[in-house]
Amino acid sequence: MEPIDTRIIKTNDISKNDLKWQIEYNPQRCTLCGKCCAACTFNAIEFKVERRRRVKSTGALPKPSVTWESEPVVKQIIRKNKNCVGCGMCQKVCPNEAIKPVYNEHNRVNVIHRAENAESPKRGGRTNLHTEGRTLDKIKIGRISQMTDPSLDAMRHTFDILAPFGRVLPPEKLPFTVDENGDLQMTDSAPNTRWIYPIIIGDMSIGALSTRMWEAVAMAVAYLNEVVGLPVRMCSGEGGMPLKLLKSKYLKYMILQIASGHFGWDRIINAMPDMVEDPAGILIKIGQGAKPGDGGLLMAKKVVRHIQEIRGVPKSDLLSPPNHQGLYSIEESVQKMFLSMNSAFKFRVPVAIKVAASVTSVSVYNNLLRDPYNIVGGFFLDGIAGGTGAAHEVSLDHTGHPIVSRLRDCYLAAVHQGKQGQIPLWAAGGIGMNGTLAADAFKMICLGANGVFTGKLILQIAGCIGNDYGRCNACNTGLCPVGITTQNKTLVDRLDVDKVAQNIVNYFIATDTELKKLLAPIGNSSLPVGRSDALVTVDKNVATRLDIQHVC
Amino acid sequence: MCRIGAIKSKRYLHPSKALELMRSQQKGHDNSGFAFVMQDLGGVFENYKELPILSMACTNEGMHIAEDILHSIGFVRIMQWAPDVRNDITGLNIEPMPNYVFQVFNYPHSYKYAPQEEKEALLLNTRLKLRKALEQADEGYVYSFWPDVLMLKEIGDPRDIGTYFGLWQENKDFCAKIITAQCRQNTNYDIVRYAAHPFFLQGYTALANGENTFYEKNKLFQKKLHKGYIGFESDSQCFLYTLHYVNKILKWPLKYFKHVITPLPYDEILSRKDAEILLRIKASLAHLEVNGPNSIIAVTPDGTLFTTCDSKKLRPVVVGKTDDTVIITSEVTGINELMPDRDISQDIYPNEREMVVVDNDLNIERWNQ
Repeated sequence: MEPIDTRIIKTNDISKNDLKWQIEYNPQRCTLCGKCCAACTFNAIEFKVERRRRVKSTGALPKPSVTWESEPVVKQIIRKNKNCVGCGMCQKVCPNEAIKPVYNEHNRVNVIHRAENAESPKRGGRTNLHTEGRTLDKIKIGRISQMTDPSLDAMRHTFDILAPFGRVLPPEKLPFTVDENGDLQMTDSAPNTRWIYPIIIGDMSIGALSTRMWEAVAMAVAYLNEVVGLPVRMCSGEGGMPLKLLKSKYLKYMILQIASGHFGWDRIINAMPDMVEDPAGILIKIGQGAKPGDGGLLMAKKVVRHIQEIRGVPKSDLLSPPNHQGLYSIEESVQKMFLSMNSAFKFRVPVAIKVAASVTSVSVYNNLLRDPYNIVGGFFLDGIAGGTGAAHEVSLDHTGHPIVSRLRDCYLAAVHQGKQGQIPLWAAGGIGMNGTLAADAFKMICLGANGVFTGKLILQIAGCIGNDYGRCNACNTGLCPVGITTQNKTLVDRLDVDKVAQNIVNYFIATDTELKKLLAPIGNSSLPVGRSDALVTVDKNVATRLDIQHVC
Repeated sequence: MCRIGAIKSKRYLHPSKALELMRSQQKGHDNSGFAFVMQDLGGVFENYKELPILSMACTNEGMHIAEDILHSIGFVRIMQWAPDVRNDITGLNIEPMPNYVFQVFNYPHSYKYAPQEEKEALLLNTRLKLRKALEQADEGYVYSFWPDVLMLKEIGDPRDIGTYFGLWQENKDFCAKIITAQCRQNTNYDIVRYAAHPFFLQGYTALANGENTFYEKNKLFQKKLHKGYIGFESDSQCFLYTLHYVNKILKWPLKYFKHVITPLPYDEILSRKDAEILLRIKASLAHLEVNGPNSIIAVTPDGTLFTTCDSKKLRPVVVGKTDDTVIITSEVTGINELMPDRDISQDIYPNEREMVVVDNDLNIERWNQ
């Protein structure tokens, strides 16, 4: 027999064992119904015909006869890029469990993608490197009331679960006088502070999200406020919102975001004369925890007609620059941007700022705390484990700052100056990423946050199957298999809007119960902002860094 | 659990009344100490109402240190009184200091025409200086330096402390119209004299039965508010500092103390006419809110005595009255002991949103938050 000529193998060809996700297919179970190929939005599988060689021997002695058959099969497509993302839609729709994606830990995608395409990989989701472990999971609520003070009853007692959004004046600056009846009276105006639920639905734009998904979130928020009684607010994200909503009473539940691209703001400004309610707040976005120092990016393929309409732009890649072009310092931003946003709504609407957590966060917060005009209504700090719709993978995985210690630093910086609570602290970046929003929020509040905001979790509630282990993360492609981050009508139709809204509402109801189940054991009926004495950790480094009790 | 008590009377009362008040409640405390504050003094102090009195427990060396400091500032001692302690009785459960000092001083000459605020600042600064000096030398404790106020804090069994200081025998030299007392050293922190209730600052006295679970956030906030807010040996000191801050520094009427420590729920605030004021208090003074079970008794500089409690009413307190005396204390047994013949139907068991306030004519008002 001739030796096989190994030279016929082209080693630089991409093969299945190079890929991150491999399709495991069992032809014996397959009925060739075709659902998997129809469901795959990434065009990662296709029908093929394979040749089968059958060898048969029927006599007492070996007397093989060979026949050839052709068998239709489902096969993975192998390309230089745009391969299977492991979303599992094929598995979901297969009636016979004949097909599924399997993660290939020996994949060479990081090398191949760059080498083949001269292109930095882009994706959505959040950091996929698990180098440090989750700090919040190392912290327990360990100061449980036993004999010295009683635990409360989560089901019977009442709890005041609210957080301030807006500039809070120091007590001595409150414009109060005592009248002849011994009552305090206001003698001057003061910044407006809104009391809202301590969990804000984070800024995800129409455009990044499908309009239907965004609508589902808005519906859930309206329901939570008007029926359930939880004053949950959502942030629009950069990209405006439908005119109809801007002119509706539901605007009061919306925090309008302005970012460096100013997308959507000409529509917002035009709608102002017709607004019947003020928005809940304005959030100036400077940076994003998932990709700090990087701008926003909405691929042209997602800029469909209605997105063009809302944002007031033509169809093209929409890039928000990494910084606000007109700002060059903290003081100047306070004077220029905060002042103009405050005055736009005649100082009735709190204006806050969102920055990516950074080594410099404390300096920024300190500067804002000195805000002489009392117009900085909140400091939103976003950590590395936050999500995004589109970014270069290198930014997602390798830039950013964990949120926990930086939030703590900012709180303690305020304490050091006796200014805690004056500019409310809101923290995000992986809050609730394990599905345990209440516990994460509670621990952050004990460390000094007034509240938290969360985005990616909301998508997961809606049915996003992406995770932090390389699964899907294809929000940037416009091909979201569950209809959440796409503008493709067929895909969006996969999303049951009412069901999404219902699940978000349910999740918040459950979270509210869980917050009470955490408040009650430590005997608190209002939020324990800065109650770090309630926290313990078995990790000495965490204890030292956060100044909480080390236990073992 | 602590037991706390306060007596306010039209007559001058001897501290033995406070001992009797607390003794009947002794099952509720561990008999680990006795501390009291006397205000609106009679007896030998009656004629010195305007002049500061130093209350101090110290060693001989501590005396020297304090005298030097006071002298250097210009204070002139014009009267002193010391309890007749019973060193001769053995076996008492008490850890006495060598000297117990109650001295009346004249202000320095330069303060003769000084406004009240300057005098008050001087007294506070002087007390802090004395406390720091004695603390550094470990030679004693300075409890108060303020007009018309005496304070004593001691470690041991209250009965034995009473015996040691001769407090069981009524004595017309040593009496006051307002006495607040407590019979326990705190359990959460070290047993040190400063940690015992009542706490006193610039005419304000406060004592509490309970646990302030917002101690950490109260403390971190208060530390930056006023130089008199020091020590924090007990979570209950936070009540005193908040009372002082709201009423003396911010100059808000007393009723707003309740709005600061136990703000109304948001929805309830919204339904009120003063919603805007209350929401601003809730936001700006969020770090002075208290949580956990507490009942508080306090005295303000004008002699007003009041009690209030946490927002869930998790600790007891009761108010009883006769024609010339009002008692506020943790358990009714204490009131029964001192006022067996009163009309018990007039006893008040305050609710979670109330302040019960007693003025100098012993009129009792119930303020609903």
